[in-house]
Order: sequence, then C-alpha cells, then structure tokens
Amino acid sequence: MDDFLLGAAGFVLAMVALGLVRILRGPGDADRIMAAQLLGTGGTAALLLLAQATSVPAAADVGLVLALLAAFVSVAFVKGAERSKVDGK
Amino acid sequence: MTLAMAFDIGLALLVVGVATWTIVAHNTFAAVVGFVAYGLLLALVWVRLAAPDVALTEAALGSGLTGGLLLGASTRLRRTETSEDAAELPAGALRLTAVGLCTLVAAGLSALVLLLPVPAATLAPQAMASIAATGLGNPVTAVLMAYRAIDTLLEVVVLLLALVGIWSLAPDRVWDSLPGPRHHADSEGFLTFIAQLLVPVGILVGIHIFWVGSDAPGGEFQGATILAAMWVLAMMAGLVDAPPVSRRWLRLVLVVGPAVFFAIGLAGFAMAGGFLAYPESHAKMLIVAIEMPVTLSIAAALALLVAGPPERAPGR
Amino acid sequence: MSLAPHTLTILAILAGAFFFMAGTIGLLRFPDPLSRLHALTKADNLGLGLVVLGLLFQAEGLLPALKLVAIWLLVLLAGATITQLIAHAARPNGSAG
Repeated sequence: MDDFLLGAAGFVLAMVALGLVRILRGPGDADRIMAAQLLGTGGTAALLLLAQATSVPAAADVGLVLALLAAFVSVAFVKGAERSKVDGK
Repeated sequence: MTLAMAFDIGLALLVVGVATWTIVAHNTFAAVVGFVAYGLLLALVWVRLAAPDVALTEAALGSGLTGGLLLGASTRLRRTETSEDAAELPAGALRLTAVGLCTLVAAGLSALVLLLPVPAATLAPQAMASIAATGLGNPVTAVLMAYRAIDTLLEVVVLLLALVGIWSLAPDRVWDSLPGPRHHADSEGFLTFIAQLLVPVGILVGIHIFWVGSDAPGGEFQGATILAAMWVLAMMAGLVDAPPVSRRWLRLVLVVGPAVFFAIGLAGFAMAGGFLAYPESHAKMLIVAIEMPVTLSIAAALALLVAGPPERAPGR
Repeated sequence: MSLAPHTLTILAILAGAFFFMAGTIGLLRFPDPLSRLHALTKADNLGLGLVVLGLLFQAEGLLPALKLVAIWLLVLLAGATITQLIAHAARPNGSAG
C-alpha cells in the first residue's frame, strides 16, 4: 500500500511537471497564474499521499498550508496582472 | 533503484527545471510566478527530507508571503521595464561569469554535503534528551524557544528593522499615511467572496498551526505567516484598508512581541540565573506566554512588509 | 477482512490519478487560456477529491479524516472562485464580457 501511494504521488507530480511545462511557457499572464493553481492542487494531492505513505503525518498540515497559500498567491497574482493592465501596458 | 529514490530524483529534476525557468524568464512577473512555484516544490522536498517544520515555513513564508512581497516589487518596477528591455540586459560575459560562479557555489555545497561523515555529527540526541525539561514535545520548537531563544528574539527584531527600512522609503509628505494603493471592494464580485470565505478559514488554520507547534510541526513563525497572508488578502480584496503607519495601536502591536520576549528574558535572571533562562516548573507556560504576543507582532510586521511603504493620505 | 478498504483506496486513487492525467492532457492540448483553465480546475478538483476519498479509507480516526475532507473543500471552493478571477483577467482587452 505504501509503495502504491508513493507511486501515485509520483504520478501526480509527473502530471504537474507536464502541466508546468505548458503553462509556464504559455503567452500571457493568465497562463502563468495557473501555475500556482496547478501546484496548489497537485502539490496538495501529492503531500496528502506522502503523509499516508511515508512516516511524516505532518505532511497533511503542509498540504493544508500549501492549499491556503496557493490561493492567497493566486489572488495576489491576479491583482498584480490586473494592475498592469490598468497601467496601460 | 527503489520507488522512493525514483520519486526523489524526479522531484529534484523538477525543482532544478523550475529554478532554471525562473532565471531565464522574460519578465519580472513571470519570474515571480516561477519563484513561487519553485518554493511550493521545495516544500515537497523538505517533506521528503522528513523536515515538516521547514516545509511549513517554506510553503507559507518562503513561497507564499515572499511571493507576495516580490510581486509588489515587480508591480512597482513595471513602469521601468516596459521598453528598451533588450538594451538593458547585462553583457554576455558578465552573465557567463555569474553562471560560472553560481555553478561553483552549488558544486562546492554539494561536495560538502556529500563528504559529510556518515552518520553526520549532530546534536539531535542531546536536544531530545533535555526536551522533557522544557515541557515541549516538538524538538524544533524547543530549539527555537528554549535552547536558542536569543536567536529567535533577534530574528523578530530584525523583522521590525526591515519594516522600519521599508517605511523609510516613503517621501516625507506622506510619512504618516497609508501603505499601498487603495483596493476597491467589489461588493458583488468574486474577489470579495473568496476573501470572505478564505480569511476566517485562514485565521483558524493559522491559530491551529501556531498552537500545535508545541508538540507537533508548526509554531509561531508559520502561524504568524498564515495570519499575515490573510490580512494582506483582506486588504487586497478591499475588505479592510491598510492602517496609517502612524497609528499608535499598530506600533504597539508590532512592538509587544519583542518587548514581552525581552522582558521575560530579563526576568530569567531572577528566576533561573541567566538571560532567557526558564525555571523548569514554569518553562512551558513562559514559552507560550512569549509565543502569543510574538506571533501577533510577526503577523503584523509581515503583513505590513508586503503592504509596502506609505504612499497615500488617509481618506483618498 | 482488511482487504476491502485497501481495494477501495486503490480504486479511488487510480481514478483520481486518471483525472489528473486527463486534466494535464487538456492543459497541453487546448488552444487558449480559458479552455486550459477549464481543464485544469475541473479535472484537478475531481482528481484531488478522489484521492482524498481513497485516503479516507486509510485514515486512522475521525480527526485526520475530517482534516482531509476540509482540505478538499478548501481547494474546491478557493479553486472555483480563483478560476473566475483568472478567467476575468484572461479576457482579451476591451471585450465587454
């Protein structure tokens, strides 16, 4: 079971890596802001799996904090991108 | 090659890839996004190294809050980088030298880590042995608040000094006014909704992470960072406005943490014979008594750091 | 006897992983930011939900299980709203909605 969970975490991380390749490249700010969203969800999933699979149960807390801060950062990015539009860039 | 090793190698490659992308990104905004992504991945690395306290700090402070800070800086710099970008890049030789030096430093650090004796010299057993005297269950908190409490006190003071440094960037005429631009509350908008949803949840999570720090991974820095992020979120959504930096209550909140810390430190002379020494029977109570105002002060300082220097008069 | 929770966990997590993969494929193949955003959030929220479901069968006690569900709800709600924000920011300049 632990190996399966670890493998699942690795798979999720691989999907995040593939997604990052795309959106970090994508033209426009909105694409890049999605990187924070993708990492928030995928990273949280990987951390929850790791919490169960390895002997680090506090990883679930890290997942919680990751989800919260990813949301905060996404909002900050959206505000930052909006301000640049308003500035007439 | 076990599964765990394959996972770790994949994670390491991903971290290096994102770091490289961050450095070669075309504009500052993209680089900040890359930096935040890199920080979130580093939190995963710390979890794999069985250091959840550091992972919490990295996710909250190193990635989230610092990302907000860098974003504010990048927004302020946007006006200066709109045109003539290509002409402003440093010369090729300079960049090559920078790459070479960074590679040397990275190689040197890797060599040092790989050459450490196995098992590496560590004070962890002694730290764990004395932990019962402090009344704490989390050795990291014991190190931060008992064995090396003076370092933590100085860290908090350094945060305040950084804040004073940022405030000193304000022009004289707006010295006593509000930091940052006014964010207008969009009363039916999504931003208001997400803030009204997230901020109470975040405050609960922040208090929870702070409180469990005594016996499980967590602690005052991580909890304070979450609280600070929630305050900044409320400001960004226009739910609350930034307070003018001259307000007395604001300055009191900022100072109460290190003041209580220092006072209990001085009382340590009377109680246990040294600065920041705790009598064994009351150690945990004193530590919690220090942690609560310190968390408040750190949260306020971090939020104000992200808010920036004062730049507009009240009522505008 | 202890086989059922393990089987359910494996099934749920496999389904969750499939949705993560579907989301990433959508991310890679869709032509513009808004559709990419759609793929990203719908599949990832469902992916995380199925992973949490699978982990619920392995959870030891009510409190860890509640924490898992709380994390999923947080990501779901925050993600849904932030998606709207990102989509709003991704609209071509000058379009009226």
